[in-house]
Amino acid sequence: MGEGSALHLVLTGDPGLYAIVGLSLEVSLSAVLFAALIGVPFGAMLALTRFPGREVVIVALNAMMGLPPVVVGLAIFLLLSRSGPLGAWGLLFTPQAMIIAQTVLVTPIIAALTRQTIEDLWVEYHDELAAMSVGAATRIVTLVWDARFSLVTALLAGWGRAAAEVGAIIIVGGNIDGFTRTMTTAIALETSKGDLPLAIGLGVVLISIVILINALAWGARRAGERYAG
Amino acid sequence: MSMRGPLSDLPVMLEEVGIIAGEVTILNGISLTIAPGAPTVLIGPNGSGKTTLLRAAMGLIPVTRGRITWGGQEASPPDRRAILFQRPVMLRRSAAGNIGYALAAAGVPRADRSARTAELIVMVGLQGLARRPARRLSGGEQQRVAIARALITRPSVLLADEPTGDLDEQNAWAVFGLLERLHRTHCLTSLIATHNAALAERCDRVVGLEHGILQTRSVKSVAGCTPGGESS
Repeated sequence: MGEGSALHLVLTGDPGLYAIVGLSLEVSLSAVLFAALIGVPFGAMLALTRFPGREVVIVALNAMMGLPPVVVGLAIFLLLSRSGPLGAWGLLFTPQAMIIAQTVLVTPIIAALTRQTIEDLWVEYHDELAAMSVGAATRIVTLVWDARFSLVTALLAGWGRAAAEVGAIIIVGGNIDGFTRTMTTAIALETSKGDLPLAIGLGVVLISIVILINALAWGARRAGERYAG
Repeated sequence: MSMRGPLSDLPVMLEEVGIIAGEVTILNGISLTIAPGAPTVLIGPNGSGKTTLLRAAMGLIPVTRGRITWGGQEASPPDRRAILFQRPVMLRRSAAGNIGYALAAAGVPRADRSARTAELIVMVGLQGLARRPARRLSGGEQQRVAIARALITRPSVLLADEPTGDLDEQNAWAVFGLLERLHRTHCLTSLIATHNAALAERCDRVVGLEHGILQTRSVKSVAGCTPGGESS
């Protein structure tokens, strides 16, 4: 195990590596949080309301699940660059810019999966809630609450997208050492430098974290289902 | 807790009610009065229009012809009537959570819900199962949860759509017996749709429905009820 290997860095508690891992989690989890705050209510509303053009919105939303990260990165770059409309905010090449880019990527995933989940549950609940004359706001809260375990999967899908993504954050974050460098951007950099062992090691660390978080979420989901049915 | 609310919702009157879906006449010229008293059984084969009649009476689907009135009015507060579906859907929460949900939906403050929920749990015989996830209960237990959920807002009329349809014989009789007991002890007026002739035999008022048309009516001695009591 060389001094530069990822395993060595992990075992010796290398602060640089832990900063990279920490920033990766901070950016991806923040993006999922913001995307959930936007995507879950939007998806639920889309599931329960009928309006002209609704199906066009659904198709567009589904299509946006496949947004190319580099295109999103470019769009956010143009918005946040000094000459862009939001250039005055000074966010380009900051973790905040990376969170914004990943929020844009993740929101359609969470919204689309929420819409499908809530719509399926609504088919099941419709008669009972209609018989109880449940109002629109209570209906949304009820369905989101009762679908909470299924929505965990939507959040995990969104987080998976954020955690694995490199194209958008490298454009808007710049991969600045100690400031905007994440695991995925570091892997891209080390690979381009030819330091494959370190890149592979970082990849193993990234995959381990993804598996661990998914396992924790799955465990929480199973426990919750056992309790609530 | 008395299940008997103000009698303003009664009688429920269906006057020449017709429901047509596309080219199909589901109900045709239905005139029926559900007055306070013993359960009325609506008996008919599958596809005869029983479910549609109950849903229309509940206000879940509009009528094509005729009208339905509740205590002489065409609209009544929604919590004055309740419906029990053949396959009640259990919300993803405990049995008590399901029962209390109806109160929450009706805007009853949280502090007032638990005592009433506990009362209904005892009434339908679900002691010991209240905290269990409702979806993990047996069919008969789920039907009891649904009955409690339907009754917790103190409706004056209960519309029950094949409440024993998916249950084995023992559970079917138990649920039917519960509805009969609720009539005796709480003066609950109910309209029970079934295709089970044996169950209908036990009831005083029986109405037949076939191909969307009322066929027969029979009224035996009508059993009374005693609010808060056990027998008439």
